[in-house]
Amino acid sequence: MNYVIIGNGPAGVIAAETLRQSDPQDSIVLIGDELEPPYSRMAIPYLLMGDIQEAGTYLRKDANHFRNLNIELLVARADKVDPTNKKVFLNNGKTVNYDKLLIASGSRPVAPPITGMNLPGIYPCWTMEDSRHIMKLAKKGARVLQMGAGFIGCIILEALASRGVELIVVEMGNRMVPRMMTEGAGGLIKKWCEKKGVKVFTSTKVEAIEKSGNSANPLKVKLSNGESLTVGLVISATGVRPNTEFLKGSGIVTDVGIKVDETMQTNVPGVYAAGDVAQAQEFYTGAQMVNAIQPNAADQARIAALNMAGKSARSQGTMAINVLNTLGLISSSFGQWMGVAGGDHTELVDEDNFRYMHLEFKDDILVGATSLGLTQHVGVIRGLIQGKIRLGEWKDLLLKDPTRIMEAYLARTQGSNFKFAA
Amino acid sequence: MQRSLLINPDICTGCLQCEMACSFEHFGMINPSKSVIKVFEFHHDGRKVPYTCTQCAEAWCLHACPVEAIVINKETGAKVILEDVCVGCKVCTIACPFGTVNYNHDSGKVMKCDLCGGDPACALACPTGAITYVDSDWTGLERMRQWAAKTDSRPKAQA
Amino acid sequence: MAWHKQVLRVNLSKGTCKAEPLNMKWVQDYLGQRGLATKYLVEEIDPKVDPLSPDNKMIFVTGPLTGTMASTGGRYSVVTKGPLTGAVACSNSGGYFGAELKMAGWDMIIFEGKSPKPVYLLIQNEKAELLPAENFIWGKSTWDTEELLKKKHQDPLIRVSSIGRAGENKVLFAAIVNDLHRAAGRSGVGAVMGSKNLKAVAVRGTKGVTVANPKEFMKATIAAKKVLADSAVTGQGLPKFGTQVLMNVINEIGASPTRNHRDVQFEGASKISAEAMHEKRPTDGKANLVTNQACFGCTIACGRISKIDETHWTVKNKPEYWGASGGLEYEAAWALGNDNGVDDLEALTYANFICNEDGMDPITFGATVAAAMELYEMGVITEKDTGIKAPFGSAEALCKFTEWTAHGEGFGKILGLGSKRMCEKYGHPELSMTVKGQEFPAYDSRGIQGMGLAYATSNRGACHLRGYTVASEVMGIPVKTDPLTTDGKAGLVKAFQDATAVVDSTGLCVFTTFAWTLNDIQPQLQTACEGDWSLEKLNLVGERIWNMEREFNNAAGFTAKDDTLPKRLLTEAAKTGPAKGKVNELGKMLPEYYKLRGWTPDGVPTKETRQRLGL
Repeated sequence: MNYVIIGNGPAGVIAAETLRQSDPQDSIVLIGDELEPPYSRMAIPYLLMGDIQEAGTYLRKDANHFRNLNIELLVARADKVDPTNKKVFLNNGKTVNYDKLLIASGSRPVAPPITGMNLPGIYPCWTMEDSRHIMKLAKKGARVLQMGAGFIGCIILEALASRGVELIVVEMGNRMVPRMMTEGAGGLIKKWCEKKGVKVFTSTKVEAIEKSGNSANPLKVKLSNGESLTVGLVISATGVRPNTEFLKGSGIVTDVGIKVDETMQTNVPGVYAAGDVAQAQEFYTGAQMVNAIQPNAADQARIAALNMAGKSARSQGTMAINVLNTLGLISSSFGQWMGVAGGDHTELVDEDNFRYMHLEFKDDILVGATSLGLTQHVGVIRGLIQGKIRLGEWKDLLLKDPTRIMEAYLARTQGSNFKFAA
Repeated sequence: MQRSLLINPDICTGCLQCEMACSFEHFGMINPSKSVIKVFEFHHDGRKVPYTCTQCAEAWCLHACPVEAIVINKETGAKVILEDVCVGCKVCTIACPFGTVNYNHDSGKVMKCDLCGGDPACALACPTGAITYVDSDWTGLERMRQWAAKTDSRPKAQA
Repeated sequence: MAWHKQVLRVNLSKGTCKAEPLNMKWVQDYLGQRGLATKYLVEEIDPKVDPLSPDNKMIFVTGPLTGTMASTGGRYSVVTKGPLTGAVACSNSGGYFGAELKMAGWDMIIFEGKSPKPVYLLIQNEKAELLPAENFIWGKSTWDTEELLKKKHQDPLIRVSSIGRAGENKVLFAAIVNDLHRAAGRSGVGAVMGSKNLKAVAVRGTKGVTVANPKEFMKATIAAKKVLADSAVTGQGLPKFGTQVLMNVINEIGASPTRNHRDVQFEGASKISAEAMHEKRPTDGKANLVTNQACFGCTIACGRISKIDETHWTVKNKPEYWGASGGLEYEAAWALGNDNGVDDLEALTYANFICNEDGMDPITFGATVAAAMELYEMGVITEKDTGIKAPFGSAEALCKFTEWTAHGEGFGKILGLGSKRMCEKYGHPELSMTVKGQEFPAYDSRGIQGMGLAYATSNRGACHLRGYTVASEVMGIPVKTDPLTTDGKAGLVKAFQDATAVVDSTGLCVFTTFAWTLNDIQPQLQTACEGDWSLEKLNLVGERIWNMEREFNNAAGFTAKDDTLPKRLLTEAAKTGPAKGKVNELGKMLPEYYKLRGWTPDGVPTKETRQRLGL
């Protein structure tokens, strides 16, 4: 069997390894368009902080890992897929034939449609190459403006702050991480950032970027609130989009991402997709969604690979789970954190100490959650949601005191019938 | 024969010697907040329930790690954090549906049960035998895994 | 190492929290916990201070082994001048709070002054702050307080030590309760906390505890744990039966004070004993006892966890009391039961729950009810005073009195004064079964002679935990002595008093000494602590602590005249049992005791004694 995988991020790598486990003989080609060995974008903030070197971001630490597994790494970009003839056309003019194809081409940052985005000193924080540019400009004392306070934006904040730069964050939404956190949590994260000396503008857009004429801070950023700021570096973190353009005309159906079924197969037999590029059924709603997070990439890659290898594996649906460290404030969100129709919720806020807990229920089942400051046993939230565990009388207790989630979990999953504890 | 921690909450007295032993083994100090075995209290029922990682076959934590910082110890089967590789992204803490990977604020890394390399300090310290380290067949691990399977969004290979 | 060397000084008047270094010179002389905090107290307050005035101070203190793997190493004490007695008060508690305070990096907290408004102290490692308690936890029980604090600060692992309504109302025997049912119980330390407008101390500590020589310390603690496990008392009796193992034993030897010490044997003892707690109830087929439980680090696990029969009249319509909670320990079972002639196990458990819930010492409370029942039977007080018919044996009266005292209602306000003040008020001071104003625990000194001397000379008033010669006289630990004679009891009492002062200063539980001697404790201290902690030194520390406490009491106005027992015990002979015909022969023991202590016939430490002890 001849397997080709487009994209060498976590989904591509895990799929390749899973395929190799199935058969030691099959040919596996892993295509990536960056020069570095397969690495983790998630580790880039830690590289910026200086916690790790570039090698620390590599998905596999053994330099011979892929060679030992007889997985061929190909540095190229896929330009076109021809499912009829089972060929992938590369940007270097070559073509690769496949029997089965996995598209794990990931996503890329979206540049906001404003003027001046082509000026020097404006970078996304996505690739290793981006991080090198950022490290060069984000020196101690530099003024840095970050567009977007989403997941990636917040994670980079810590790295930038640790480099001693003066930080300004501009977010269109009415709070930080608006697509991942409730209003309460996002508001507290903003307050936290401000307490840490970051200037945060929410409900504010960047309208244009111009040259400022100032050599130290050569960029002038115009905001929708009328203010203009001169800065030395602009980081664009306004969101990402699945890399699907190269599939145009291939017959592979795309929407936001590539539409897949519960085996990760696309509408074209033998062609699969996984990770940031895949649009799969959501765990709770059943709606198709792109879930661009690491654990999802790992899960989908394994499912895709097993099916490609002729085994049967099905996803029970993808679920958003996020954990975020914003300048030391740890937050997480799960599933339907925004709530579902006919559900109810509870929220506990300790503004002074930046503690927050918000649970969403449907009947007596937990369907979503948002937390700030919770770092111990936080995974049980996933366990409760994904296990669709009936909370019974524990729901009433959680409505009263959501911090007792771990007790509820133990009581309802570990066999013993614990009751409400006064 | 692979061995596992067998926990019998019925005879746990809540003395927390296990938590102390765990932190002492891993951090050289007595500090239950750094223990990866934790005794939970159910006042209403007068129960104390020790709880830690079952070293599940699914290994959500391991698969979720973006930098290969969680590996399997071949002798014990334990999923072990490599501290010097872990970047502290905490994805494993939300990926583990059992809630048994925790973030350590002091080190900036995550921590989980590593079976102490095959001689778990918690079991040695337990005065009542509520925590023992026994052949895996005895642990009811299967029950646990069945439950785990129920929550599994990921593949079950049916080769 | 073992000590964090950090004291938190909280000035409630000014609302400040300040860290200061621990006086390590005093540590070498007084070790920790009871000894060390008492040293701070005697240095910092006027012995004549009104215990409930802002000038009194209150110290929460841990020992060097608190928060370590030494078995039972989870204790803390509250040291202050006690309002019930006017003597030095040091009440010791287990649970988890003490260890948590240590984990947060503090050896002790010194509270001074009085907050203008009700507050609580929140400690999260080095961060300590006073926060408003009004419209939040003030007016709440200790149970609600703990739950509300954990919720507000979103941390189920916060440990809480608090007063209930009894402490707020300055009931003179109010306790400070931590972890729902562990208490610094005696001498009214809760009233001092209430007088300072301090509702609770909530702690979360993640800093940990280190010891000087970890490897050797682990060896020493493992060896010592084995001694506990191998002992019939700490390895079997206490885990299975708890301290309640004594209910039948003490009753049989005729040393169980009954109906305010009128009798020495209680006909209903077997109905409220440890064995009875294990028995299935005919009503619901369940036993009163749910399980045993341990405090932090304890490998004995003598704690009782009980559930009240849901159909019992005390809780029939009160589901909030249907859950498991701290059950009857021997002293509580006796004080609420035998001393009042009440043999209804469920009712006693209920009264005990209420004592925990609102923070009252069940010993003093039960004994005060006993005095009230005697006054009632004598006709000195009537239903008009008490609000309910209150003859001996009335479980209804007992339970109502418990509620009223806990909530500061009706006759409960009188009971809240303790038996000494109550009996004086009604013109019968002789009915108060107290020494220095504090009520006796569960051992009648007519049947256990040594305990008479131990009570009479106890520095915090009548108490079993200042010199538990019951161990020797009844259980033969470490050697059996005859409970009915006075021979050698002076020396025995002194030895127990000094050794207990050491144990109370380590962070360990005194119950370990059913199996351990200082020989077992010394290696654990030596390997955990810096400096020399030889047996000789420890013995000296114990004696030094005892004399320091004595001198404080003397300066507070106590004299040798206060080293006595109520007339009843000295003149009314035991009516039944092995001690029949006996009174306590304190007069035979006291002079010898003073001599052994190196005190003048007036009970004052001589110059030589003071010099020898470095006082």
